[in-house]
Amino acid sequence: MAKRIEAKNLNIYYSKFLAVSEVNFTIAPRSVTAFIGPSGCGKSTVLRTINRMHEVIAGAHVQGDVLLDGENIYGSAVDPVDVRRTIGMVFQRPNPFPTMSIYDNVVAGLKLQSGRIKKVELDDTVEKSLRGANLWEEVKDRLGKPGAGLSGGQQQRLCIARAIAVEPQVLLMDEPCSALDPISTLAIEDLIQSLKEKYTIVIVTHNMQQAARVSERTAFFNLAGVGKPGQLVEIDDTQKIFSNPSEQRTEDYISGRFG
Amino acid sequence: MTDQESRDREHARARAEREATHGSDTPDDYANADPNGVGPIPSSSALTTPDPADATISGSGVGAFGGRGKVRIGDKVFRYLTAGAGMFVCILITLVAVFLLAKAIPSIANDKVNFFTSRTWLVSGSTLQFGIVDLLWTTVLSSVFAMLLAVPVAIGIALFITQYAPRQLARPVAFVVDLLAAIPSIVYGVFGITVFAPKLHGIIDFLNRYLGWIPLFKKQISDPGTVFAGGIILAIMILPIITAIAREVFERTPRENVEAAWALGATRWEMVRLSVLPYGKPGVISGAMLGLGRALGETIAITLILVAPPSGAPFSPSLFYGGETFASKIANAAAEFNNPTQTGAYIAAGLVLFVLTFAVNAAARIVVNRRREFS
Ligand SMILES: Nc1ncnc2c1ncn2[C@@H]1O[C@H](COP(=O)(O)OP(=O)(O)OP(=O)(O)O)[C@@H](O)[C@H]1O
Ligand SMILES: [Mg+2]
Repeated sequence: MAKRIEAKNLNIYYSKFLAVSEVNFTIAPRSVTAFIGPSGCGKSTVLRTINRMHEVIAGAHVQGDVLLDGENIYGSAVDPVDVRRTIGMVFQRPNPFPTMSIYDNVVAGLKLQSGRIKKVELDDTVEKSLRGANLWEEVKDRLGKPGAGLSGGQQQRLCIARAIAVEPQVLLMDEPCSALDPISTLAIEDLIQSLKEKYTIVIVTHNMQQAARVSERTAFFNLAGVGKPGQLVEIDDTQKIFSNPSEQRTEDYISGRFG
Repeated sequence: MTDQESRDREHARARAEREATHGSDTPDDYANADPNGVGPIPSSSALTTPDPADATISGSGVGAFGGRGKVRIGDKVFRYLTAGAGMFVCILITLVAVFLLAKAIPSIANDKVNFFTSRTWLVSGSTLQFGIVDLLWTTVLSSVFAMLLAVPVAIGIALFITQYAPRQLARPVAFVVDLLAAIPSIVYGVFGITVFAPKLHGIIDFLNRYLGWIPLFKKQISDPGTVFAGGIILAIMILPIITAIAREVFERTPRENVEAAWALGATRWEMVRLSVLPYGKPGVISGAMLGLGRALGETIAITLILVAPPSGAPFSPSLFYGGETFASKIANAAAEFNNPTQTGAYIAAGLVLFVLTFAVNAAARIVVNRRREFS
């Protein structure tokens, strides 16, 4: 059920401001792709165009196509709501619904999609998703407590559980570990490894080691120049990017960080 | 440690805890709300109100270098000014309460009937007979009715302005609603009794026909000056304040909550239900309570609209009946404030209104605080 993602000639705008220009890439199903690059080069922006989250910002719009198994999600007949139900997203800051219990947080998306569901099915999904997110053992005795009462790392895993509860085809993660301690980070990296058997995963990260650890493919983004829009410099196998990239700029960035 | 220092520490610690534990739900984050949508900004104290404790905490923390000598003169002045202002308000309220009590108690002591349960109001003769139960009922009925009408409409308008309307439309709508607050209450009263109330016959007859078996909807008088008419006018009067507060809190829904809903594939209404309404609930409740407080004390409009039933008329709980509220009773009697015992009876009524309003506001506070802890 994982799907292939293709971007074709993406130009991404905030009102008149062209933030990212001419992005083209293909992402294989059941793989992990890391987006790396300096701050402000448009990694989050590109990521958010993949599930049409970009356009919830006033004035933001996109030119070009994003194909999901060949189907253009920017086609005129496509409802962005359906796109977002197919492509899940996890944010940099954990954002569980603060007034909802852990249980209700997990099933929030499910309730939106399928209306009334039997309690047993909900219970099943909650357990399955929380196990999937590696959180079940920690919270199984307090599912009725508010989700906001968990630690940051637990909250982030709760958000992952919420995203996978609706069984999306693709999972987008925008710096999911940047607010977490090393142990929670490891837990989430392990999680990503197991999730990629079912989902196509794209992860934005500032942590090179993390990119090297979790991803098979890495895309390097950079600004085309001062005051110019961001661009995709290259996308290749992670190993190649980190050992022997085709572009000098990639090498500079990576060695600058490592050296 | 001196008192001052321990208070400073306490203050700073509470502040740090607030910022750490509550994250997006503290009022501090309201200041960080991001109307342009540039993304979530980490909670920072840079935007919060200046806090006199900030300047002194480092002083008391590194005793050897600063100690008490580091207290800046400006902070000191500021602290005394704010403390003074706070104290002034407390003293004022206490004085008002003492005044009301002092004037009311002698009259209540001379009351020949039960002050709380009697329906008579005879204060011009030589013996005092007065009870507030009718006033209390009319006051509460008209105000609660007004609040129940106004709150859903206010929420609807606020959601429309903040979530649905295009910018060009949102501004004028918000402006018009705010304008309602600028209309003097005497104008509402005159409009209500001469233009609006007479037009309600149709609705009243309709409701009476189908719901008349409920005492609340039983038509009792044909005079247009009913609690129903008064309540609707009150609802219009309290609409702006409730709308303004609802609008304010809805606008400040943290971006991350909103995006969480969007990313799950919520439609706009589902996003509102998942993120905006739960976040705004405490604010809307306190707005509703403020509106209720305003409605309880509203005087001139209600005095003009409500027709007072003849004394001795049987009690009716109906909306389609006249009556007098605390405020209108006092206003109607303003001409007879010439002997102290008689005046005391009205002041006693005012005292009950004071306590009622006070209780409503306190309840609002409690509700809001409880909600904030949970979320
Ligand atoms: N809501 C917005 N409105 C206008 N411009 C924006 C908005 N969000 C981002 N931008 C601009 O778009 C460009 C790309 O931003 P983006 O957030 O995608 O960068 P990023 O690569 O994710 O950076 P970081 O690594 O710091 O998260 C930047 O120039 C930024 O200023
Ligand atoms: Mg980013």
